[in-house]
Amino acid sequence: MRAFSYERARDPQAAVAAMARTPDAKFIAGGTNLLDLMKLEIERPGRLIDVNGLGFDKIEATADGGLRIGALVRNTDLAADERVRRDYGVLSRALVAGASGQLRNKATTAGNLLQRTRCPYFYDPGQPCNKRQPGSGCGALQGFSRQLAVIGGSEACIATHPSDMAVAMRVLDASVETLNPEGKARRIPIAEFHRLPGDKPQIDTTLGRGELITAVTLPRPIGGVQVYRKVRDRASYAFALVSVAAVVQRDGSGRVAFGGVAHKPWRVEAAEPAMASGAKAVVDRAFAGAKPRHDNAFKLLLAERTLAAAMAEARA
Amino acid sequence: MDAAHKLEISRRGVLIVGAAASAVAAPSVSEAQAAGADAPVLAKVAFEVNGTRRELELDTRTTLLDALRENLNLTGSKKGCDHGQCGACTVIVDGRRINSCLTLAVMHEGGRITTIEGLGQPGALHPMQAAFVKHDGFQCGYCTPGQICSAVAVLDEIKAGVPSHAGADVTAAPQVTSDELRERMSGNICRCGAYSNIIEAITEVAGGNA
Ligand SMILES: Cc1cc2nc3c(=O)[nH]c(=O)nc-3n(C[C@H](O)[C@H](O)[C@H](O)COP(=O)(O)OP(=O)(O)OC[C@H]3O[C@@H](n4cnc5c(N)ncnc54)[C@H](O)[C@@H]3O)c2cc1C
Ligand code: SF4
Ligand code: FES
Ligand code: FES
Repeated sequence: MRAFSYERARDPQAAVAAMARTPDAKFIAGGTNLLDLMKLEIERPGRLIDVNGLGFDKIEATADGGLRIGALVRNTDLAADERVRRDYGVLSRALVAGASGQLRNKATTAGNLLQRTRCPYFYDPGQPCNKRQPGSGCGALQGFSRQLAVIGGSEACIATHPSDMAVAMRVLDASVETLNPEGKARRIPIAEFHRLPGDKPQIDTTLGRGELITAVTLPRPIGGVQVYRKVRDRASYAFALVSVAAVVQRDGSGRVAFGGVAHKPWRVEAAEPAMASGAKAVVDRAFAGAKPRHDNAFKLLLAERTLAAAMAEARA
Repeated sequence: MDAAHKLEISRRGVLIVGAAASAVAAPSVSEAQAAGADAPVLAKVAFEVNGTRRELELDTRTTLLDALRENLNLTGSKKGCDHGQCGACTVIVDGRRINSCLTLAVMHEGGRITTIEGLGQPGALHPMQAAFVKHDGFQCGYCTPGQICSAVAVLDEIKAGVPSHAGADVTAAPQVTSDELRERMSGNICRCGAYSNIIEAITEVAGGNA
């Protein structure tokens, strides 16, 4: 691991200012993704700015009937919050489907959104990877792509975003609140937060350099039966091959987002009116233009079957 | 004072170690270490381990696991993967189980850390340690300290109503069932496959039947 200096930020303005001064600094929250990558020298910050003391650890009701989740709220606490369990069940379910109890006790809301891909070539510094080292090529395109994206990829990168939480937040139309290095706040709809790889796969999100996430807000509850189904190689403690976050209303209408299939949580609003016609109709529309590879073509059928199972669960 | 000069002063105000006016408090970094780009940086940290206050000066890169094992000689916590994938390094910090390999020691200023050594000692075992012995909840024993720390915390999590993936209904209060325990213990891998005995041990401590 590269040597780094370490400081504890005591207030948000100081945190972004400290970040702006030091080009190779990074924020650290739970550390469960950043330290993992630093050990492999995939991330090589020269300074760490610890944001754990910023006080962003509360979940509060908003004026419009929604919830404001502090950036530092631990995944365990978010999943266990009574309001989240009652009104945003898909989020609670997605959270407990991710990682392990130990990791969720540390993992934060912001860190979870910003965790990097689990593409095996990204994780292996001996392999070419445009995301890790821009311009070096993509090992996955010619290699094993079983876990990788079937839609929204590019000639430069076919990685997936590994977060379960983000898929639920996408289906709930969450927004990400930030503070930029100039001290200005802004709000990014989750749909615009994660980006597609295009020719710049090294950039995962639309966050600016040194921009601090302060909170994630959820709009007022939308009711319905809320389901998160995750299919993986073992029953627990593994990343998704495919996951489905669905909110199904009594009349059969609803919303759905998919995980494990693209560089961002995959939701196509135009496919949702097809929910009353069944899973295949939705998947045909949501995955129109998909470019599966030999190894991961199974994900399309798996997405359909996982959605069918989620819809059956919602009706039960 | 011109603007550029003022900026320089405020910048130094933040960088100077321990400056009272600074809103970003750096841990004590000795001048010499801060020099070269890749030179190790030392920092001081103090926390309580198994009830005793410990003060350390460490390379900032030191994980909590390495601090416990290498600096404090508490070798009960094990390093299996060093990447959050096995649970052998599980310890309880401020009442919660975490992977000590994926956190920095310097991030735990003022923290309360309990390792397997702090749960109980030969002759005065913690009930969970005694139950693992009674039910043969291990073979080689390498994963065991992490399993036991995790198991102790799992029962507290169930008591506190923290939901899990095993519960069909996230709004319902979780119960101690073997499905719940298996799911909640999934962050602790056992290469020897002692899983079913581990579940029996935990179930006994929880006061139920396996
Ligand atoms: C073995 C293993 C299995 C896992 N399985 C799953 C799984 O099944 N599903 C899943 O979803 N996840 C899984 N994870 C990933 C886990 O959820 C993430 O590591 C965790 O959510 C990251 O949160 P953190 O707070 O620890 O982030 P950190 O590691 O602290 O930070 C991650 C990134 O976010 C940045 N950052 C942190 N906070 C802020 C902020 N406030 N503003 C701006 N930038 C910030 C950091 O600079 C860093 O770049 C797994 C991890 C491991 C190790
Ligand atoms: S898919 Fe993306 S992350 Fe994986 S090797 Fe290719 S460029 Fe790297
Ligand atoms: S050593 Fe920490 S999880 Fe494996
Ligand atoms: S007892 Fe050997 S690894 Fe678990």
